[in-house]
Amino acid sequence: MRSVRALGVAALVMLALPDPTMAGEPKAGGILRIYHRDSPGSASIHEGATYSINIPFMPVFNNLVIFDQHIAQNSTQTLRPELAESWAWNDDGRTLTFKLRKDVKWHDGKPFTSADVKCTFDMLMGKSQQKFRQNPRKSWYDEVNEVTVNGDYEASFNLKRPQPALLSLLASGYTPVYPCHVSPADMRTKPIGTGPFKFVEFKANESIKLTKNTDYWKKGLPYLDGIEFTIITNRSTAVLAFVSGKFDMTFPTHITIPLLKDVKSQAPNATCVVEPVNVSTNIIVNSSAPPFDNIDVRRAMAMSLDRKSFISIMLEGQGDVGGTMLPAPAGLWAMPKEMLEKIPGYGPDVNANREEAKKLMQKAGYGPDKHLAVKVSTRNLAEYRDPAVILIDQLKSIYIDGELDVVDTAQWFPKVARKDYSLGLNLTGNAVDDPDQSFYENYSCGSERNYTNYCNKEIEKLFDQQSIETDVDKRKKLVWEIDKRLQEDVARPIIFHARAGTCWQPYVKNVTIMSNSSYNGYRYEDVWMDK
Amino acid sequence: MLVTLFGISVIIFVLLRVVPGNIVDILFDAAGFVDPADKANLEKELGLSQPIVVQYFTWISGLLHGDLGYSYVSEKPALQEILPRIPITARLAGLALLFSASIGIPLGVISAVHQGTKLDYTLRVISLSGLSLPSFWLGLLVLMASVSLFGAMPIFNPNPKTWTEAFAIYAVPAMAVGFRSAALTMRITRSSMLEILRQDYIRTARAKGASETSVNYHHALKNAVLPVITVIGIEAAFLIGGLIVTETVFNIPGIARFLVEALRWRDYPIVQNLVMFTACVVVFTNFVVDLLYAAIDPRIRYGD
Repeated sequence: MRSVRALGVAALVMLALPDPTMAGEPKAGGILRIYHRDSPGSASIHEGATYSINIPFMPVFNNLVIFDQHIAQNSTQTLRPELAESWAWNDDGRTLTFKLRKDVKWHDGKPFTSADVKCTFDMLMGKSQQKFRQNPRKSWYDEVNEVTVNGDYEASFNLKRPQPALLSLLASGYTPVYPCHVSPADMRTKPIGTGPFKFVEFKANESIKLTKNTDYWKKGLPYLDGIEFTIITNRSTAVLAFVSGKFDMTFPTHITIPLLKDVKSQAPNATCVVEPVNVSTNIIVNSSAPPFDNIDVRRAMAMSLDRKSFISIMLEGQGDVGGTMLPAPAGLWAMPKEMLEKIPGYGPDVNANREEAKKLMQKAGYGPDKHLAVKVSTRNLAEYRDPAVILIDQLKSIYIDGELDVVDTAQWFPKVARKDYSLGLNLTGNAVDDPDQSFYENYSCGSERNYTNYCNKEIEKLFDQQSIETDVDKRKKLVWEIDKRLQEDVARPIIFHARAGTCWQPYVKNVTIMSNSSYNGYRYEDVWMDK
Repeated sequence: MLVTLFGISVIIFVLLRVVPGNIVDILFDAAGFVDPADKANLEKELGLSQPIVVQYFTWISGLLHGDLGYSYVSEKPALQEILPRIPITARLAGLALLFSASIGIPLGVISAVHQGTKLDYTLRVISLSGLSLPSFWLGLLVLMASVSLFGAMPIFNPNPKTWTEAFAIYAVPAMAVGFRSAALTMRITRSSMLEILRQDYIRTARAKGASETSVNYHHALKNAVLPVITVIGIEAAFLIGGLIVTETVFNIPGIARFLVEALRWRDYPIVQNLVMFTACVVVFTNFVVDLLYAAIDPRIRYGD
């Protein structure tokens, strides 16, 4: 009885003690110091397609809507109003109307109005006089006919057909609203936003500095006085600097799984999380020329993959096997495991898969005495090169002798566009965990990022069918079917989906790393430091 | 000298354009695709669609008028991007050379004077290791050691608060990059000194009762230092290569790291002007070395 009482007292004492992991009352002040992995090409989010731009510049802007910055899994349930106070679809699902906030000012003091919304999306759709140098996400707005305004504080997106996923695309970190009165050239060098932090300076290869927007429309925010990104391209130096306390946070999802152990051992108090990055490592196949114009050879190649070995070697087991859509539980649209395992090459018995693959190769005229020699092209970056080497090793098991063809970054996409490759090892990142973004961008006939020119009109119809479907359960079933068929067609065989780590010092509070996208969680308006 | 610089400018310009890909390819690389129409527009906007000869003369005429063009990446004047980085690299290179000379020459003399002793062998092993260890490895080792021993690391800060911080910011990387150079200087000094110490006039100096210090440092070193100056001059030119790695490892925003980044982006205005600047430094250093020869050895006279 005494021991029970002692246990009770101990429990009460434990409850009374402050939990170090719990964030207390937010404190204002301090500069959040983060290292940046490289020097971004510009400060204009709309002109980039890398999170090297998103992360430092997302705090400068606001979107119409945004994914809740403290719920790791982005979904339609986590959409929150930002520059829009509210939104509504009309009855036929073809018009999405936003009521805009009236108390918002740009960092240069000019008022934010619906004209800015129209300007931004007209420019993204290529309809305005002013043009972006590059417009990598133009296809996101293919179904938008026009953006119209009704007074200064209402803007409507008029669609060609219903597209419920449009809201998710608008909530991405890739979709900030730009000011009408600032040119795209100026937005590349000194961006003006409405966000919690103002741009101070961007010194190429050196640093990016942001300061608190004291006139932010969310009163009392941000808590931080500023954010400073120091550009450190050498990963070892960057991690050592974090460990030594020079930085409050690592560059998000920059810590590889093998490196995470080092960080944890050298900075045991640091908080580290590992999350999927929604970037798949996959194979692009040139199906317009021999030998991969033969579907049997393509299928054999896909069936030879031992995906778990890739994950074990490269990520110490911390990766996921899946199709095009990010695997569950982080991914919202992944097909169930039992369905996935029925796809040729995804079954758990790798040897059996390879025996099947060998038969297909023999049918195509190859065998132990006649090997197929191919070049496996990839970019000269470790995250591309390393899996390419493993792929070459695995292809040997089905009479394919691969040779690594490392391509300079400047030459990679021109080479792919010329179809000057047989097999390519590629990485595909998804900004939003939504099939519309993934399917249309990577597999739609004529899409710029459909590197293999895979074109299946039948599947294309299914793309549209899922896109207009408002019932989530029905849409999921359609998405699974599409994903399954894409894998069966060897459109772009997915090898694995990677995970990566982010660490921050224990006094940094309110940081949430998104679990199904690396592009949407960096507004940092309520991040604070307990020191 | 002008002919040399003209030749260098042509070589830089042509080589840069022989490398496949340009800034537009890199920009589209980030976008994940290449749009031929947008690519053509951007090439026109940046002047890359002009004939190569026109591009060359545009650059050279601008250079002669002090207009270095605009960085393709930052869209700022190239001069504005390059100028603030020069003192950083100059400080680092100067310190590295100082370290190299102040360590390499005395140790070379000591090693030569004590030829065949344990001290000589120890110094030779140290100098050999200096030549063998890559500076990036040494730099990383220094960083790891400082984190593990002191819980801090000398990473670049444009506004150091204390002189010790300022010293650590430059001195530690300068030592990392200067170690190789110091080792080379030491070996050259040693072999040169050994040769001189066998000369008749050294024996005469000793016979006349000059002290060992006077013999070694006054009579011998003065004559042994000529090849050392040549080596230091060459090392000053090659230092830029070592600094690329050191500036990357220690995250120092100097011109060496900037040059590599600019090359990665095919930022022609930055690369062309930086390489041209480096070439000018090398040519000037050679000129200074030649002048030093004459100052140190009165037998060498130019224009007689």
